Amino acid sequence: MPDFKGQGANPAMLDAVNDKNMVFKTDAITKQYGMGELTVHALRGVTLEVPRGELVVLLGPSGSGKSTFLNIIGGLDQPTSGDVHFEGHALADMTDRELTYFRREHVGFVFQSYNLVPSLTALENVELITDIAENPMPAREALEIVKLKDRLNHFPSQLSGGEQQRVAIARAIAKRPEVMLCDEPTGALDSETGILVLEALQNVNRTYGTTTIIITHNAAIANVADRVIYFADGQVAKVVKNDHPKDIHEIGW
Amino acid sequence: MMRQVITAMNRKLLRDLWNIKGQLVAIIFVMASGIMSFVLSFGVIDSLELGRDVYYDRYEFADVWASAKRVPEGVKEQIAEINGVAQIETRVTFGATVQVEGMDVPATGRILSYPDEREPLLDKLYLKSGRLLNPDEEDAILASEAFVVAHQFTLGDHIDMVVNGKKRSLKIVGIVLSPEYVYSLGPGALFPDDKRFGVFWMSRRALEAAVNMDGAFNNVALRLSRDANVEDVKEKLDRILKPYGGLISFDRSEQMSNWYVENELTQLKTTGTITPIIFLCVAAFLVNVVMTRQVATQRVQIGMLKAVGYSNAELAAHYLKMVMVVVVIGSFLGLAGGVWLGSGLLNIYSQFFRFPYLHYTYSVDIMILSVGFCAAAATAGTWIAMKQAADLPPAEAMRPEAPTEFKETILERLDIDKFFSFLSRIVLRQLERRPIRAFLSAVGVGFALAILVFANSMTDSMNYMMDVQYNIGNRETVLLGFVEPRGISALEEIKLMPGVMKVEPLRDIPVLLKHGHLSKRTGISGIRPDPDLHRVLDQSLKPVDVSGGGLVMSRKLAELLGAKVGDMVDVDVLEERRPQLSLPISAIYDEFMGIGAYMDIDRLNSLLNEGPVVTGAALQTDPNWNGPLYQNIKDVPAIISMAIMVRMREIFEQIMDENMMRMMAVYIVFAGVIAFGVIYNTARIAFSERSRELAALRVLGLTKGEVAYILFGELGFVVMVAIPMGLFIGYGLCAGMVAALDTELFRMPLYIKNDTYAYAVIVVLVSALISFYLVWRQVDKIDLVAAQKGVE
Repeated sequence: MPDFKGQGANPAMLDAVNDKNMVFKTDAITKQYGMGELTVHALRGVTLEVPRGELVVLLGPSGSGKSTFLNIIGGLDQPTSGDVHFEGHALADMTDRELTYFRREHVGFVFQSYNLVPSLTALENVELITDIAENPMPAREALEIVKLKDRLNHFPSQLSGGEQQRVAIARAIAKRPEVMLCDEPTGALDSETGILVLEALQNVNRTYGTTTIIITHNAAIANVADRVIYFADGQVAKVVKNDHPKDIHEIGW
Repeated sequence: MMRQVITAMNRKLLRDLWNIKGQLVAIIFVMASGIMSFVLSFGVIDSLELGRDVYYDRYEFADVWASAKRVPEGVKEQIAEINGVAQIETRVTFGATVQVEGMDVPATGRILSYPDEREPLLDKLYLKSGRLLNPDEEDAILASEAFVVAHQFTLGDHIDMVVNGKKRSLKIVGIVLSPEYVYSLGPGALFPDDKRFGVFWMSRRALEAAVNMDGAFNNVALRLSRDANVEDVKEKLDRILKPYGGLISFDRSEQMSNWYVENELTQLKTTGTITPIIFLCVAAFLVNVVMTRQVATQRVQIGMLKAVGYSNAELAAHYLKMVMVVVVIGSFLGLAGGVWLGSGLLNIYSQFFRFPYLHYTYSVDIMILSVGFCAAAATAGTWIAMKQAADLPPAEAMRPEAPTEFKETILERLDIDKFFSFLSRIVLRQLERRPIRAFLSAVGVGFALAILVFANSMTDSMNYMMDVQYNIGNRETVLLGFVEPRGISALEEIKLMPGVMKVEPLRDIPVLLKHGHLSKRTGISGIRPDPDLHRVLDQSLKPVDVSGGGLVMSRKLAELLGAKVGDMVDVDVLEERRPQLSLPISAIYDEFMGIGAYMDIDRLNSLLNEGPVVTGAALQTDPNWNGPLYQNIKDVPAIISMAIMVRMREIFEQIMDENMMRMMAVYIVFAGVIAFGVIYNTARIAFSERSRELAALRVLGLTKGEVAYILFGELGFVVMVAIPMGLFIGYGLCAGMVAALDTELFRMPLYIKNDTYAYAVIVVLVSALISFYLVWRQVDKIDLVAAQKGVE
């Protein structure tokens, strides 16, 4: 288990944890966009717990609220009502600064559209994080983990989609986060490339025990998860625990 | 390793800067131009004012002067007793005719006495070359530099002069400058003409002997103590000199050379203050707009950086560094260029303002002000854009900008969309969805066009003013002045001279006009009520009507006197018998030049109890007879001045070229740079904002030409909107400038030639075409594969 010393630097994080095994706990969170007749209810009361170290898959049709949920627990967005706790601390109580710190030290994001800085090489994109994180791994090491050590000095435009996404994963893991939040990381990739990406994520989850939450449309991916949460119409439809998650290579795509 | 030294963010910064280098160079030049014009103008003006102050101070420029016919030297003691007089210098001064070989027109000169055995106490001379005079030195003179330069004389040359009826050959032993004659205006001249008028200094005793002034003086200069009451001193001095034929004394504000210097400086200050302020504001506005949009294109990246844990402060610092690069390089170029051009321009001005000490002044406060202003504008632009992106929840910022609400464009609502092609409809829809952005772009280009109009309009106004003065108004070709008033029959003689087609009488008297506590020295010109030649036009080009019997005066003069139509004005005639009159103002007219007052010549003569006399004549002549005519005139001793209108206009044009227009020429270049910088940036940013969309359209099968049509259609529309807007703003700027340029010497008409508008429009269109071409090369390079991978 990697050492998350960075956690200690924030006093807000030091308080006792209610349920030590739960990384995230949400209580009846709702999210509305817009006003008046055009109001969109993206979340209609989501109460969930995410245990430490698990690989969790969020499944559900488009517009079911998965991304909104992920953004809220990652501190990228605020719920309209309800509470989110990370290791016992309410995100709603955090200042903007503390939220920034929370994202910087504890959360690794992987986005569907990679979001690499086009003017930086693969290595430099990872260094973007290692420059500011408290206890990062060397950027090269992060890229080695995603098997890109021979692509260090390539710019995003010189990398394939799958390679770009693996750079994004390296960027996320380099800070040694406690949670990885991945919004359709394979959405734009073909199956073979997608498997490489998922393999990298599963690898990180197993090696470092990093709690990993992945949004996907692909039901097959659910087989590799410890837990599958089904979203529908802004609510949790069901939660299925998988006692025997498969290895990424065992699943058909 | 370098890697440790330069953080990833700074590498991003450097590479981002490199990627938009073209735009950066353009915006840096825009900013530098703004700062340059500011530093340059204020530097030159400050330096000139300092040069004048130092000159006046070190060379003891007097405070009060007075002339008389002949005053015994002993009267000096009485003058010294006037309260407030600190220093006195009595002088002898005399007019002379200067005969220069090869000149078809006679030159006139003024000779002043130079004290024997000592330096002058007041109005000292700056010795440019040669030596000063020895006591009692006869046949030697010091000559003013302007005259020497105009005739390319050198030390040791002899000049033939007729002094008091006697021809003498005088040797130039020294070339000098005097604070009293920074500009030297000949009798009756409106502008300094260095070829036709020169100032000379001669040993006092030698001059006294030549003009029969032994033991007497006819001119006195006073320096006053700091607490002196100037009006009081002048009044007492006039009382003392009155028995000796004294003319009204005057102070610095009425001293001819100083009045001219002040007017020239005021002009320069007006153009040199307003123009750079406009330029700096325009540059700052443009830098602001461009930086805003530049940062806005990085919205997605800002969202990502926030998501992964960069704080707002860190992001702000990052983008401010980008601004700093622009500000630092722009400021450096602006300041260095401003100082360099400023000292160059000052050098040129030093030939115009003949100050011995003229050094470029580094006005640090001006530099700080201009740089700070641009930096603030750029920072504010960046800051606002940064804040807009950073205030969005990162999740939202990272999404490509949400498609704006779909609305039917105005064309569809009006059901005329079918007349437009599919591509044109895309263009119009884009414009309608982002009206503010399109509007700001148009404002930017419009301002660029406006300053082009502005910079060129000054020449138009000036030319128009001269046309009115010399071509439309005054139809005479030659203006003659007599030594003293003569009977009207003198005109009959002139009519017989070769080439003379028409003659019109003129009667000029020097006067002091008084109204309440305000007074002004000027002249009253008696003219015919229905003149054919010497016509005075108001600003609407109507001839001024003097048949009312009273005074007709220019608005500026009326303002100086605080008088209106119907008011009575006291007139002290500053001639021989010094009669005092009281005259009503029968009309006030707007005129461009001078502060004139006019009357019916017959009425003026009868008021002065004189028969039909004239002091000058306006002539219409046949240009084929110029040579013989000028020779004839030169031989008439009674004619003291001859103004050839063509030559007058040349001189005036030259003065304007040398003074105001020089700065304007620099501004025209800056305006061009700013115009191009703005248009190029607008095009370039529009391209980066659209590049992804354009790539997608290319993938969908649109040709490069069609894609370019969408991009340039939008930009073209912006330029088309900008042109009328810019013409309008330009007109407004000119109107403001004209209103501000209000000196006693002239008021500028608001007159902009169509050529000026056309020139500005052409510069904008050419800039647009070049910019489009440069951006087209980028369109050409759109990498379809990379675009599809989602790489910006």
